[in-house]
Amino acid sequence: MSENTILRLEGVTKTYAGGVTALSPVDLSIRKGEIFALLGPNGAGKTTLISIICGIVTPSAGTITVAGHDAQRDYKAARRAIGLVPQELSTDSFESVLATVTFSRRLFGHGPNPAYIEQILRDLSLWDKRKSRILELSGGMKRRVLIAKALAHEPQILFLDEPTAGVDVALRRDMWKLVHRLRDNGATIILTTHYIEEAEEMADRVGVINRGKLLLVEEKDALMKKLGRRQLALTLAEPLAALPAGLEQWHLELEADGRILRYTFDAQAEHTGIPSLLRALSDRGISFSDLETKRSSLEDIFVDLVRETA
Amino acid sequence: MNLNGIWAIYRFEMARFGRTFWTSLLVPVITTSLYFVVFGSAIGSQMREVSGVPYGAFIVPGMMLLAIFSESILNGSFGIYMPKFTGTIYELLSAPLSPFETVLGYVGAAATKSLVIALIILATAHLFVDLTIVHPFAMIGYLVLICVTFCLFGFVIGIFAKGFEQLQVIPLLIVTPLTFLGGAFYSVMILPEPWRTVTLFNPVVYLINGFRWTFFGTSDVAVAVSLSATFALFAACLIAVTVIFRTGWRLKH
Ligand SMILES: Nc1ncnc2c1ncn2[C@@H]1O[C@H](COP(=O)(O)OP(=O)(O)O)[C@@H](O)[C@H]1O
Ligand SMILES: [Mg+2]
Repeated sequence: MSENTILRLEGVTKTYAGGVTALSPVDLSIRKGEIFALLGPNGAGKTTLISIICGIVTPSAGTITVAGHDAQRDYKAARRAIGLVPQELSTDSFESVLATVTFSRRLFGHGPNPAYIEQILRDLSLWDKRKSRILELSGGMKRRVLIAKALAHEPQILFLDEPTAGVDVALRRDMWKLVHRLRDNGATIILTTHYIEEAEEMADRVGVINRGKLLLVEEKDALMKKLGRRQLALTLAEPLAALPAGLEQWHLELEADGRILRYTFDAQAEHTGIPSLLRALSDRGISFSDLETKRSSLEDIFVDLVRETA
Repeated sequence: MNLNGIWAIYRFEMARFGRTFWTSLLVPVITTSLYFVVFGSAIGSQMREVSGVPYGAFIVPGMMLLAIFSESILNGSFGIYMPKFTGTIYELLSAPLSPFETVLGYVGAAATKSLVIALIILATAHLFVDLTIVHPFAMIGYLVLICVTFCLFGFVIGIFAKGFEQLQVIPLLIVTPLTFLGGAFYSVMILPEPWRTVTLFNPVVYLINGFRWTFFGTSDVAVAVSLSATFALFAACLIAVTVIFRTGWRLKH
């Protein structure tokens, strides 16, 4: 295990009792201090993967090493390194916010540290609510409580399972701020999401998972470069009723009542096809008033990948 | 050993009991008083002594066990059933706790509550009848053993249960009838055959008689037999809990 690796999965599989295979053999290494996004549609196996690492679901096969500790043999040390914010809003009801967060710290083997707990509660805008019973809180506030509980024992690795599903803008912003601050302090963050923008916005690296298979793991930027297509949009001086003949090789699309001509190309390719396209347009007397290129989103990449493996 | 973790669970459970402190306190006091009014006065006036013990005193150990059985099973099962029901079990399963530590926290708290209730019943009974406990240390030891055993039993039920009504079924339909039929309020020696022999297959008979021996020094069955039966029950519950945690049955997918 390289010094930089904080979490390693080797050949981890899961078949549930009902016969559903939620994970095909998964190998994955997470680097210390990175923000890793596990991206995949509903039912891809994200929660299963996280639950296995955290000890909530028993793997059918494979080994997991957390901060140098085997998650099976040395489960106590492994689990102490991990904090989990689950996907579901599962909380107690009658306990106060302060009591439940203090409970979590203790449960993970730490003695009390009121100053640290206060800091977490303040960071999550929960300090004023510390004496409220959990059942009195809104859904967003409960999610904050779950984050506070996960952080209470100062974990090295934080798992966030679909952290922004059904979450308001303020919490989303607070959460990302917190995640970056944690990372700056050396924590490793692994989040799951089915929102591409979230992975694109947050992550250093992205793993794409579908139907229990980890399809690829890439630096986000490299992934964008490697698979990212670019689009060229030309705003035409005169609208076109139909695509002129002889331009088929570029697979153009005509949009906005014939005012915009869109060309999708591979940014990494040796020949983008742009100069020849522009020449071909000018040969046909088609002129344009504006020109814009943009990178396709991770969404497009993802759709392609999922289609390939479907 | 994750002492902080055990303590966290214990405190959490005790806080839960604390929220219903006054009802928890009042119920055994009222129930005990009612038993004395009904059994002590109404029946006791017909039946002065059982095995050389005044009837009012004779029923005290049985009364205590009747309450301990249902309290222990209920509290032991509820403690672990609730996290399963609300989903908060994720935290327990992901915590650095061994099965032994988890059980110690839950069963320790439930047994503490049962013990407190048993002592409240004893104190209330003391207001109605004269009680001299012949073997006080053995009494406390036996009490603790029975509380822990039934809390463990409750814990198993709590893991097994898939709904709230299942938590109630076993105490209500099995344990309470067995307790009444096991001589909680009478000596099994007064039963005619074949009922006396049939009754000896009821494990609760041994628990009640062993406990009664610590009070009065007399018992329908040999003390060693009672103690063995109690330990056997304790061991069975312990094995069940161990197997459950080893396999993750109804706890993990
Ligand atoms: N407890 C379970 N028993 C049986 N099948 C399950 C269980 N949990 C999840 N699954 C199945 O495993 C697959 C992956 O689910 P999950 O890990 O929750 O996906 P995701 O979190 O990516 O949405 C799904 O097909 C789901 O139905
Ligand atoms: Mg999920």
